Amino acid sequence: MTLTSAPDLATPPVRRPFRQGMARLRRDPVSLGALIIILAMVLAAVFAPWAAPYDPNATDISVALEASSWAHLLGTDVYGRDQLSRIIYAARIDLLIPAAATAIALIIGCAIGAVAGYRGGWLDHIVMRCVEAVMAFPALVLAMGLAAALGSGLGNLVIVIAVTQVPTYLRLIRGEMLRVRDMEYAEAARTVGNGDGRIIFVHLLPNCIPPIIVQATLSLGYGLLTMATLSFLGLGVRPPDSEWGEMTAEGASQIVTGEWWLFVFPGLAIIFTVLAFNLVGDALRDLLDPRMRGVK
Amino acid sequence: MPPLLEVSELSKAFPLRGATRMLATFRGGPQAVQAVSDVSFNVAAGETLGLIGESGCGKSTVARCITRVIDPTSGTVLLNGQNIAALDKTAMRRARHDVQMVFQDPTAALNPRLTVRRMVEEPLRLEGKLTSTQRRERLFEVMDDVGLGRDLVDRYPHEMSGGQRQRVNIARAIATHPRFVVLDEPTSALDVSLRSRIILLLEHLRKRLGLAYLFISHDIATVKYLAQRIAVMYLGRIVEEAPGAELFARPAHPYTRALLSAVPVPDPDAATERFPLSGEIPSPLAIPTGCALRGRCPLAQPICAEPVPLRDIAPGRKVACHLA
Repeated sequence: MTLTSAPDLATPPVRRPFRQGMARLRRDPVSLGALIIILAMVLAAVFAPWAAPYDPNATDISVALEASSWAHLLGTDVYGRDQLSRIIYAARIDLLIPAAATAIALIIGCAIGAVAGYRGGWLDHIVMRCVEAVMAFPALVLAMGLAAALGSGLGNLVIVIAVTQVPTYLRLIRGEMLRVRDMEYAEAARTVGNGDGRIIFVHLLPNCIPPIIVQATLSLGYGLLTMATLSFLGLGVRPPDSEWGEMTAEGASQIVTGEWWLFVFPGLAIIFTVLAFNLVGDALRDLLDPRMRGVK
Repeated sequence: MPPLLEVSELSKAFPLRGATRMLATFRGGPQAVQAVSDVSFNVAAGETLGLIGESGCGKSTVARCITRVIDPTSGTVLLNGQNIAALDKTAMRRARHDVQMVFQDPTAALNPRLTVRRMVEEPLRLEGKLTSTQRRERLFEVMDDVGLGRDLVDRYPHEMSGGQRQRVNIARAIATHPRFVVLDEPTSALDVSLRSRIILLLEHLRKRLGLAYLFISHDIATVKYLAQRIAVMYLGRIVEEAPGAELFARPAHPYTRALLSAVPVPDPDAATERFPLSGEIPSPLAIPTGCALRGRCPLAQPICAEPVPLRDIAPGRKVACHLA
């Protein structure tokens, strides 16, 4: 029978999201700049031993507290350590810790949020009340309290930042789950014999990915900001490890005596990096989720 | 020989929740929407039973109860003598390979993140009977059956046309050799030129593979073509059941007469019956006692307030009307 096997009209063209994204970036210099800043920071962090002109912890009293010069582009601190080198090495901690925290928060938040949203009922109620209890604390107060309770250390810092971020992911995924769980493909997955676990994690979760990517990019920036704030307050990274927030704290005490560069340059590093993550996050949102375009 | 599928006294009520429930309690009204009440029918092997009725009459709820996407409130669904309405989760997962469903919206029923290969192979993998080589063979065999080119095997749903998507849905449904397939308005989301192709394909598959269909539709013409027997639903109940030709020639229930008289006939000189009902469909929260149609029926009598069972009026014909 010819009718049963005839092709049904023309096949629509294949979409290429990556190529579309690149074309968009070319028309959007701000996002492109932000992406370049992030890539530069990552490269600097990875290749710190080659990128940094000096050993970040080598002291040289003879050049202490020097302003910018060709020898020390961003000046030196009280101990004569080269500030540019310290900022470059600090990028390792400043990128790695928010990244680890984001990864942990994402995995925990997605797993719990997906199950709660899919199952609904009492489980959903309990989970959401717990989330609200956590969110009732201002994020920074929660982070400070946790950091003070757990003590310093990079591992604890990751936990602290992750805890402040879990509720965001959880609520995001739960909302997405509520949307996709009533789609016909969820029913179709059930009729062919999938169990709940496979329906949630194989069929539904992959359809919630775009907003997660956007949120992850944004929360890298927030995580960095949280860490820098904690370090500035003395609750995060401690000297002699270098971290941008901790460096601004050290530099802040020098402002009155006129050595402004110790405060300004690590501060600029924080500002540019956080801003870059936010801009890239917004650009990704525009690209992946056209419905949210223009919503901040 | 017993029928392949035997549905008896199937009911589904959706309990009200939250504020609507409180309001219902306060007013002393019902606390659940009675979507399907006491629906019974049989489908023999290789047969197509059409299920027609307007939107919201419970057709799709019946389909979802039979495929256990939702659990029925009461009643039995015997497939090959096994009551699938009472199976637990694990047993039901095994039984699913025998009863499959084709959904209304071909786009919404396909996971946008999976390729044709993964979607059509999945039921086979879950069934666990075939090796991966056999699964691939079966995949191509099914794709040939439904008229999908083999070059489409690694496409995503958005890379295919509407007709191709519905063919993928059908391929997925028949992959595990089910004996019974529920077709939930499989053509209503397709444009007219594709409808006939899909209908022909479904009929072709039924004959060749010996499938039995429950064909749900509000498109009378399609049902007329495909179904050997037709059941008419109104407000969650079956009001009439008859062989296709007889139903169209001599509808017995007033609702069926109204439904058929509303179908446009492409012949200006044809003598068509005008049989209008008055008013709107009552809310499924407040279904009238006795005959559910009595508030709208031009023939209504006092006796219509009495309960009205579906009774036999001729061999193979059943109707739920005191006056028929």
